[in-house]
This record gives sequence, C-alpha cells and structure tokens, in this order.
Amino acid sequence: MMHKTSLAASQTPIDIDRRNALKLTGLSIAFLWGATSGTAHAAMNARRQSSDAAAAAADGNPPFAPNAFIRIDSNGAVRLVMPTVEMGQGIYTGISMMLAEELGVDLGQIKVEHSPPNEQLYANPYIGGQITGGSTSTRGQYQVLREAGAVARTLLVTAAAERWHVDPSTCTVAHGVVSHPGSGRKLPFGALAKPAGALPMPAKVTLKEPKDFAIIGKPLRRVDSLDKTRGATQYGIDVRVPGMKVATVKACPTFGGRLVGVDERRTRAIPGVIDVLRLENAVAVVGEHFWAAKQGMDALEILWDPGENAGLTTAGLRGALADALRNDKSIVAREEGKRPADGKVIEALYQLPMMAHAPMEPLNTTVAVTADKCEIWVGTQVPTRCVAGAAKITGLPPEKIVLHNQYIGGGFGRRLESDSVEQAVRFAKQVKYPVKIIWTREEDIRQDIVRPMYHDHISAVLGTDGRPVWFGDRITGGTVLGRWLPMAMGKNGLDGDLVECAAKTPYDLPNVKVEWIRHDMPDGLLVGWWRGVGPTHNLFVVESFMDELAHSAGKDPLEYRRALLQKNPRALALLDLAAEKIGWNKAALAPRVGRGIALGEPFGSHVCLIVEVEVSAQGEVRLRRAVVALDCGIAINPSSVEAQIQGGVIFGLSAALYSGITVKKGAIEQSNFHDYRSLRINETPQIEVYCVQSSQPPGGLGEVGTAIAAPALGNAIFAACGVRLRTLPVETRLLAQSAEALKQVVENQAEGRRTPV
Amino acid sequence: MIVLRVNGDEHSVDVPADMPLLWVLRDVIGLTGTKFGCGIAQCGACTVHLDGQAVRSCVLPVSAVGEKAITTIEAVGNSASGQKIQKAWLDVDVVQCGYCQSGQIMSAAALLTRVPNPSDADIDAAMSGNICRCGTYVRIRAAIKQAATGKAEILQTIAPEGAA
Repeated sequence: MMHKTSLAASQTPIDIDRRNALKLTGLSIAFLWGATSGTAHAAMNARRQSSDAAAAAADGNPPFAPNAFIRIDSNGAVRLVMPTVEMGQGIYTGISMMLAEELGVDLGQIKVEHSPPNEQLYANPYIGGQITGGSTSTRGQYQVLREAGAVARTLLVTAAAERWHVDPSTCTVAHGVVSHPGSGRKLPFGALAKPAGALPMPAKVTLKEPKDFAIIGKPLRRVDSLDKTRGATQYGIDVRVPGMKVATVKACPTFGGRLVGVDERRTRAIPGVIDVLRLENAVAVVGEHFWAAKQGMDALEILWDPGENAGLTTAGLRGALADALRNDKSIVAREEGKRPADGKVIEALYQLPMMAHAPMEPLNTTVAVTADKCEIWVGTQVPTRCVAGAAKITGLPPEKIVLHNQYIGGGFGRRLESDSVEQAVRFAKQVKYPVKIIWTREEDIRQDIVRPMYHDHISAVLGTDGRPVWFGDRITGGTVLGRWLPMAMGKNGLDGDLVECAAKTPYDLPNVKVEWIRHDMPDGLLVGWWRGVGPTHNLFVVESFMDELAHSAGKDPLEYRRALLQKNPRALALLDLAAEKIGWNKAALAPRVGRGIALGEPFGSHVCLIVEVEVSAQGEVRLRRAVVALDCGIAINPSSVEAQIQGGVIFGLSAALYSGITVKKGAIEQSNFHDYRSLRINETPQIEVYCVQSSQPPGGLGEVGTAIAAPALGNAIFAACGVRLRTLPVETRLLAQSAEALKQVVENQAEGRRTPV
Repeated sequence: MIVLRVNGDEHSVDVPADMPLLWVLRDVIGLTGTKFGCGIAQCGACTVHLDGQAVRSCVLPVSAVGEKAITTIEAVGNSASGQKIQKAWLDVDVVQCGYCQSGQIMSAAALLTRVPNPSDADIDAAMSGNICRCGTYVRIRAAIKQAATGKAEILQTIAPEGAA
C-alpha cells in the first residue's frame, strides 16, 4: 500500500460536485481522497528528486539523468523510463511522445524502459500512486512529462550555449541535436550529456504551444509494435532466469475454502515433476517445464474444505441483492429537488452480472527468494503494492524486494490486484530455486477477482411534454473500493465509483436522487476493478433507461436526448455528429434491424456510440455497424485514440453479449473461452471513430469505449425487435420471434451448429 | 529423443511424447514468441505453422509433428506471406497488448499463402479461431487486405525515422 491507512482519511469531506468537476472516475477519486487526507501524497516531478541518484545509478549511471524519466548516455543513446505500464493501451507511445516533443528527439531515436517501483519518482499525480488504471495515465502525466522533457532540453541547450559562448535562446533543438543556426555549429545530445548533467536544475522552463507540436497529434507508430509483431516482446510469462523451474497452481475453487490435504503419489511418478507445495488454500506443482507441472497437477488428488460458502449460488446472491434493495438503508450520493406527486411514473429494474477479466496472458509471476533478497518478475499495474506484499510475506525490508515490471498481455483491471504475486512469493519462499508460476486459463477464470453484480431500481417522473421532471436511481451492489482502498470511502460511507455516470449525466435533469445501497458479497468472494468500472455499469442502466423514457414519451431517442442537451453543447455536438455519420432516420431499416444510441461522459472524455444490429428470428444478434463520435480533448496520438475506442467498444460489446460469471456450490462455473465467450473477428462489425478536434486537456481513453458499448447494443436490440433487455448478458431466447424459431436455436446448439442470422 | 525442425534448425529434445508442441517450443527450446492462452485450442495464441499450415500448438502432441517443418513467429518473416503480413501489421499498427498477435500473424500468413486475395468471408473463416481481448479485429481485417493488395485500407501510421 502506498498510503498509510488513517482513520482521519475517511472523514475528509469531498463533495460530489468537486469530484465531477475533476471528471475523475472511482479509481482516481480513490487516490485523490487519500491525497487530501493529509497522508503522504506521492507525485512524480519533472526535476531531480532525492531518490533519483540511486535510481539512475541502478539504471546504468548515465551522465545525463535530469529526472526520473530521461537518461542520455555519452554514446547518444536516449532512454526513456515509463512511469506507468504498457498493457496494450499504447501508453508507452503516448509517454514517449510527450517526453520527446519537449526533449527534441524522434521516437525512432529512443529506447523505452519499464520503471522500477518507486512512489516518489513515478506516482501518477492524478492518483497519488504508481498505478496504471482509471484511464488516468495521459490525463495525469500530460503536464509533468512535457515539463520533464523541457527540463532536459533546457539543460542540454544551456550546455551547448556555454560551450559555444552564445545566448541559449539562439540555439535550436531537433532530432537529438542542439544547433546554433547563426554559426552553423551542432552538437548531438551524447556529446552534451556530461556537461548538461553537471548543471543545476532550471527553475522555469517554457513548454511548446500546441500549434508548434511536431510529435503530439500525429498518428505515430507505437514504440512497441515492431517487437510485438516479431514475437520478440518479453511478457512476464516469457521470463527465463537461470536455474528456474516452472509451476502451476490450484486454489480452492470454493470462495474462502481451505486445503485439507493432497495425495501426491501419482504426481510424483510423472517425469519432470520436482515438488508439490502447499499453502493454506492452494497447492502448486513444480516441474522442469509447464507440461510436467500441469500433468502433475492433473494427477494430484486434492481434498478441500469448501467452508461456509459451499451452498452459494448466483440465484442466492441475486436474491440477497434484491432483498437489500427492498429493505436496506441507502447512502445518498446526490439529491436535488423533490419528487413531484403527480406525473407519469416510469420505473425499471436492471440486473448486471459478475464478470471475469480473462486477459490473453494468464496470470503469472516469477520469483527468486534467498535469505536476504526477493526478486520478482511480473507484469503489474501496481508494482509498489506487490513490493509491499512481498516484504510482508518474506519479512524482508522493502528495499530487498527487487521487482522487474514486464510488458502486460492484457490487464483490464485484473493486474490492479497483487493476489497472484503474493501467492507466488508464498510458494517461492518454500524452495531454493527461482520459480515461474503460471496460472492455467481455468485458474485465471475461477480465481478471478470479479466485477461485482448489480441490482438497480431506476425511475423517472415525466412531465406532460415527456421530459423527466424527476430522475431517481437506487443502485445496489458491493463495493470494490471498500476492500481495495477503504480509506478512500466517502465520509458517509459512499463509494464514489458506484455512482459514477449516474449521479451526474450529460442531461438537464432538474430533480434528481441517486443513492447506493451497499450490499457486499460473502467473505471470500472478492470483487475488483473491471475495465470501465462504475461507468460501465451505470451507463448501461442510465442510457438504456433514457431510451425507455423516449419511447414512453413517444419520441425518437435522438430527438428526446437532443431536447435534454440544450445546456450541454459539447455532448450535443457529439450526438449530432454520430447521428449524421450513421445516417440516423435517413432511410428505413430492414425488418429486425435497429440502431441504438448511447451517450456519456466517462473518464473526462465525451462519447456517443450508435450501434446497428440485426436480430434473427431465432434471437441471435448480429452486429452490423458501429459509429463513435468522441471528444477526448487533445488527442496525443490519433491512431492510438482510434485503436482504444475500437478495442474498448469490442470489449464492452463482448461482455454485454456473452460475459457472465455464475456461481454454483460456492464456485465459479465458467473456466475457459468456450464457456466464457469473447467476440471473435467474424462477429465484429466495422467500427468508425470520429474524433472532434479539440485543444482541451486530454481526457481518459482506455475505458471509454467499453463503458459506452452495452447501452448502445441494448437500445439497438430494442429498436430491432422490441425487446427491452434489462439484464446482461444478452439472452438469445428472449429475442426469438417465436417458439418455433427458438426451437431451431436449441436444436442447432445441440448439434454444435451456429444459427445463421 | 525427438528431432524437430524448427525455423530451419534441427533440435533434439528429450520430452514426453504427449507434451504439446507449445511447451517444447517455449520451455525446452526457448522460443517464447508463441503464446499460451487457453490450453484447449480455443484462442489461437499458440498458432504455429506445420509445413505452412496453421495449427494450434497447445494441443498438438510433439510426437505428432514428425518430419514436418515447424515455423514460429520468430521466423515467419522469412516467407513472402509472413513478410507482407508483418509489414501491414506495422503500417496500420494492429497490436495493442500484443499477446495474441503472434498467433494472429501466423493465422493470417497461412491464409495469405493459401488465398492470395482473401475476401471478408475467407478472413472470417481463417481468423475466427484467434481471440483478441484488446479487440484489434478491425485493424486485423484491414491489415490482411492491405497485405494482399498493397493498397492502404485505413489510417496509416508514421514509422519512426530510420525504421523499416
């Protein structure tokens, strides 16, 4: 943990309006709350810090290391240290562009490095910790990293100007070379590294005006593309250290259950099996290679004590949520005005499932524990949390925990947890050799820290013109923040993430009451951050419901929203742009084809998605087209922006169509990609992204597409076949045109055929 | 001892006959570009070529390989199709986390060898066994077409100076 937990922290008042003004989501709010509590608030700095010398010394001791991000060697090599981690979102490219823009180098001249765990040097100022999450990397670092580049450039120019006895303002910088156009003299950065490294820090630096950007705003190729295209990138799972063995693990499938015992005789007989290791709730088999470990695990006879959750089912969990919604006291997140006594009341119950993350790279950690050192190789979104966990487990001081972060093969929030790393350290400290522990996909799904399930009652009172004169949302579910960073909960016990994008919407809603009924899952069933967090949940409910209101008022969903956006020109412009691009109401659509709109302002960006679907007579949904209008402020790299939106939308559509984790006998029922489905290329529509030119500060991106996907899909399905989906994932049987058509689906499934659309 | 021909080199490996080729490549030979994603041939991250045909190495017992030539992501660029696919992948910047991309590229290269100018239906048929959780499918489709035709299909990225 980067912050010391203090009781005072939870008493820090922060009102909802301030949070909305900051346009942050739950995860980032969490840290700001911690930050305002008076506890240490770490934040990176453009200039040299006290722990910089040691960090640079450990990084090859370059002659020029003016801050934690830039290293220039005498041979001219420019190395950039990445404060947040790359898990696909393109942040290594974005960070490189921000640094290089001001430093005066081309992306082809740089080499990127993972940062070591160090809160002082690498904490994102938005979240007060060295954490990659909450779509905050660009927003939090845009200012400080450009400044870091400018500090370095200023020093290099000063060194050159001193050498030439000229005014620094007469020098120019480009392509890693300082030039003096007046005299035609030039010096490359390498030649200036040593003298520049001896200069004092400049007090003030000037940043470029956006109109002068040479790098920011261009669709530059990702810095990690070449290696990833050649299979040369090292992910955590690819780490190989001398003497290393490979293990796989199985933890008790029942939430909170315990290991009673194992019979390892058959396992020991398998060639290549080296060890069988035990923890209180898990077992590991170590082998010469993964296959030996896997075979050994399959041969192991394990006796579990399932514990108190042995009877748990999805229906039971859902029922408890429904009870809580009916009977439990709520925490009010926002209340304005009063509910009128008269008017047409519209209300609905929305139910969202638990979901797994299923990143392509299964969880893995490589650990070497000796008497005085613990070395860890892992791709993690929370390196300092992993260090703290390992220190506690090994009893070693944190400085004896050496963590090497790695490229991440998909995070989606799963690698904001350190459970798999801590488990690996517990196993590794039992043996004398380094061990790489790889979770199977089955373990990855069954031991996921899942997105919570929700049970929301949403309602509105409509005036005679059909506009909502009152809007109410009673959100019921468990808290992620309450476990992950309890000190960040609001003074009244509110988890800000739970109400994000519900407490404040883009619309002009005069009277509002948004409340949260906290209902935590049973002990042992952990819930965690999942791409898009609060907004993914709330935007589905709110934007589906806006559609319901439009239909109830007899209005076109586009026109209904337009009327409520007259005070929000930024959102209105996006709505109109998306409508224009898809040709809303321009031509009649074929039978059982429909389009759905969703609009939202998640993660400091503004987005409108329109999805077009066809629903077959059998109820199968085919995605035909998707159009996104986006205003994310300054787009650092338009290619990355498009990729994040397309990918985010696909992730969200995938979840809405297929992803649901269910529980039986206290254990997750799904286990692999056959029963925890993902969208495949043949099911993916064209996704057009239209990005509004903006000079506003950058908004978040990584989760925006995901958060806006499900409501557009649900609204499109309604438009196509008249069925309002208030429960996810989509249930095909609800969409079938007739019993006969549905029978065909069932027969096809029985014979393993896909029903054609 | 089993003798494997991998990327033009012979490797003698002392492994169980039922060991999937994936783990022989990764844990014994040390070629880690081929990825583990599911272990049950559902995701395609482990795709390699056997005599140019795309196969899922996570379920292929090493004893079933026989004399066939194994090509992995590390060497697919030596073939004309592989080279075209890798170039198109860079030109439109397909990758995100990149973990599935070895498998995507192997499937795409095998497709392009078989069908030099693939239709959308050909692409769907050849690529639907490869899951990408980052959702790079739109660019994968464009990159395959671009590799086939040489024509820019979508937004092209600007290559770093001095890069290929």
